Amino acid sequence: MIALLLRDLRLAFRAGGGFGLGLAFFLIVVTLVPFAVGPQSSLLGTIAPGILWLGALLACLLSLDRLLALDQEDGSLDLLLTAPLPLEAVVSLKALAHWLTTGLPLVLAAPFLGVLLNLPGPGYLWLCLSLALGTPALSVIGTFGAALTVGVKRGGLLLSLLVLPLYVPSLIFGAEVARRGAAGQPLETPLLMLAGITCGTIALMPFASAAVLRLGLR
Amino acid sequence: MSLIATDLTLTRGGLPVLTGLSFRLDPGEALILRGPNGAGKTTLLRTLAGLQPPLSGEIEGAEDRIAYAGHADGLKSMLTVTENLAFWASVFGTRDIAPALEAFRLGPLAQRLAGTLSAGQKRRLGLARLLVTGRPIWALDEPTVSLDRDAVALFAAAVRQHLSQGGSALMATHIDLGLEARLLDISPYRARPGTRAGASDEAFL
Repeated sequence: MIALLLRDLRLAFRAGGGFGLGLAFFLIVVTLVPFAVGPQSSLLGTIAPGILWLGALLACLLSLDRLLALDQEDGSLDLLLTAPLPLEAVVSLKALAHWLTTGLPLVLAAPFLGVLLNLPGPGYLWLCLSLALGTPALSVIGTFGAALTVGVKRGGLLLSLLVLPLYVPSLIFGAEVARRGAAGQPLETPLLMLAGITCGTIALMPFASAAVLRLGLR
Repeated sequence: MSLIATDLTLTRGGLPVLTGLSFRLDPGEALILRGPNGAGKTTLLRTLAGLQPPLSGEIEGAEDRIAYAGHADGLKSMLTVTENLAFWASVFGTRDIAPALEAFRLGPLAQRLAGTLSAGQKRRLGLARLLVTGRPIWALDEPTVSLDRDAVALFAAAVRQHLSQGGSALMATHIDLGLEARLLDISPYRARPGTRAGASDEAFL
């Protein structure tokens, strides 16, 4: 099983693998915001948690359409289905590889981008924590979307339309944690909700992804 | 343990293509599927490999024993020949990829990226994967496409060795490999157009 994870990580780092794509997108979106809303630092500080969360969410979306589609195109998905690996494990490992190459770099880059948006001092810790807790759910839900659209040619747009509504709960509670953290307010409730959503999706989504994948590949 | 298929009805795109097909494949035996385009050879091989369920009928002795090779080779173009093979070897729980490299003369290409190989070389790598799966039954869909004459001979030798070790092979191919193989013509089992036989899953798609 570890072989599949290592293969996906290795492929992500090779040319054309898409590592850094999400990170660069995140960087650009966050850099564009001060140009769009103007340089009032108080306004930027207020909207910073939301913008950073939204940017991270869209950056996660960017590399989803290649998650399973590439394997389907070259036939290795069929071969993985006939391999002695449970399909639930295959999709979980794919989601983990996606998080390690997309979500984790976003978590690590977020504090530096927080500076650009004048994020208030106490917010940095909570921003990182909320992203670290929330982005795994984005990868797991995204894998479900990728499994749904795996047979669809150029399914990227359809994938975004399917996945974005499912990202709403994570976005609400993740951004709320970061916002309350920045404002120095109590944040246990949204933090627990965010962690709960992530745990729930990690536990349940692989079964849904595997089921739709089996149906879709018939 | 033999592979036994009884009274299979198979569908493609929600419509039955084959019906009433029964056959048996014993260890050490090769079976060559014949039939015109669209007869259902690929559908049969995919069903046996477990990629789709049969509409009716039973398949015995196929679970986790079939190595499937379809039209696509399942290679990652940004991994080297060795990395591709080693990946499949560890997925299937085997270690040694050297015999597979040797059987298809991939040794000199071992460090090349799979994306830079020619079509025939990719095919050889795809077939070498069969050897590292360690599975007893090979289900092969047009395995000799884009192979030259020497490579076909390599492939025939690999199949012969697999059979001599008690493995078996089921192939859809139109060229003569010089193997002692039984022919299975599936065209008489073609489902009549219009028989829907309850194949209505398209209605949901």
